[in-house]
Amino acid sequence: MSKLSQKHLLGIKDITREDIELIFETADNFKQVINRPIKKVPSLRDVTIANVFFENSTRTRLSFELAQKRLSADVINFSASNSSVKKGETLLDTVNNILAMKVDMIVMRHASAGAPHFLSRHIKANIVNAGDGTHEHPTQALLDAYSIREKLGSVTGKKIAIIGDILHSRVALSNIFALQKLGAKVMVCAPPTLLPKFLDQLGVLIEYDVKKALDWCDVANVLRIQLERQHIKYFPSLREYSLYYGINKKMLDNLKKEIVLMHPGPINRGVELSSDAADSSHSIILDQVENGVAVRMAVLYLLAGAA
Amino acid sequence: MQKKLILDSDLLDITLSRLCQQLIENHKDFAETVIIGLQPRGVLLAEIIHQKLEKILRKSIPLGLLDTTFHRDDYRRREIPVKATETRIPFVIEGKNVVLVDDVLFTGRTVRAALDAMISFGRPEKVELLVLIDRKYNRDLPIAPDYVGKIVNTLASQKVLVELEEKGNNNKIWLINKD
Repeated sequence: MSKLSQKHLLGIKDITREDIELIFETADNFKQVINRPIKKVPSLRDVTIANVFFENSTRTRLSFELAQKRLSADVINFSASNSSVKKGETLLDTVNNILAMKVDMIVMRHASAGAPHFLSRHIKANIVNAGDGTHEHPTQALLDAYSIREKLGSVTGKKIAIIGDILHSRVALSNIFALQKLGAKVMVCAPPTLLPKFLDQLGVLIEYDVKKALDWCDVANVLRIQLERQHIKYFPSLREYSLYYGINKKMLDNLKKEIVLMHPGPINRGVELSSDAADSSHSIILDQVENGVAVRMAVLYLLAGAA
Repeated sequence: MQKKLILDSDLLDITLSRLCQQLIENHKDFAETVIIGLQPRGVLLAEIIHQKLEKILRKSIPLGLLDTTFHRDDYRRREIPVKATETRIPFVIEGKNVVLVDDVLFTGRTVRAALDAMISFGRPEKVELLVLIDRKYNRDLPIAPDYVGKIVNTLASQKVLVELEEKGNNNKIWLINKD
């Protein structure tokens, strides 16, 4: 197997375990490339990629852009805030205009769930979903699972607790799919108001007590409270959330074992994670960022080959 | 499918010893020379030659492996892409004499990619190419080996199969006719 089963990366739901393993093996090689004196390979020099962001992002966009440049692809960036979208252009028109300039691949973030899936039915270019609403964020899940594999040797059989705002998180759903496909046990932990209704269909454990979740898990993936998506009050105050669901160094030190602490960023320091926990030796948050570039290189490289 | 034996185990051993002697002739004590095997099939050959050289010279010689996948010029042009493998060059190649090692030299495209990939690690003083089998009339690029085990005249439709084993007393090289 040296080819992906799909020509787009729309969500982890659509890809197979073999696809994920191929992406990881390829990422191993790219991680080695980005640690060389010359951090660049010419693989995609005849490929043009458009980063189309209808929603704000710093980390993901930088990571994608760096991955594209390290593969020698030509890159154009588009953000909706200063574009014709404001003048009323439709999504399909915007993207078709970009494609008319001979673009081979689209990396898209959109506030609506399913936007990249809709696009994939209408255009020929390869599409990478860089986050669609509260639905999926496949490259984040891949880099999270890759970081666990790197730290613990394997994902299979490991216990992973996803703690925080599950309801508004596309990272949570993609992570659940990816980890389950790789044979891990997944638990989610949040106040009942921040858990989506469909969770019982996904076969994950549900826990409301963060201390019990930490006791159970090998890896805690802590998610940000997404205040920008919360239009009603889901908990009384940030202070109260932090008191009941925030994780600090003392809680980690009191555990009878070493656990790995992850966060997809940006961190709300003092809310879901205290500073001393985020900067502790348990944390692999910055490894996640480094691995993000290698994993995205692997995804772009393999999708270009699948065309 | 017809198979014809080009080199058997005994003859191959003599050939490998001769290649080692030629290398020593040009590189003396290997003070400024490193050996790099090309993934995937040049690696085992490089290891065998490296082992023989270290035995003769009684000193350690740097050995690396180089994967050329990301530097190939046929990516997105062939049906099934080549799968990437490990690159490991645990030494500095800047200013060194590099001997690239591969089993079969055919079109020369892998060697072109290897030259490109190698430059990412620095600027060597000099680069040489050692191959076990040179399929002479099949080159697409102006690339010639410096050390050759055996020159074989082949048709493009034929295949050369190199069977090497690590401890190998059963090494064989075959010429295969595809029907």
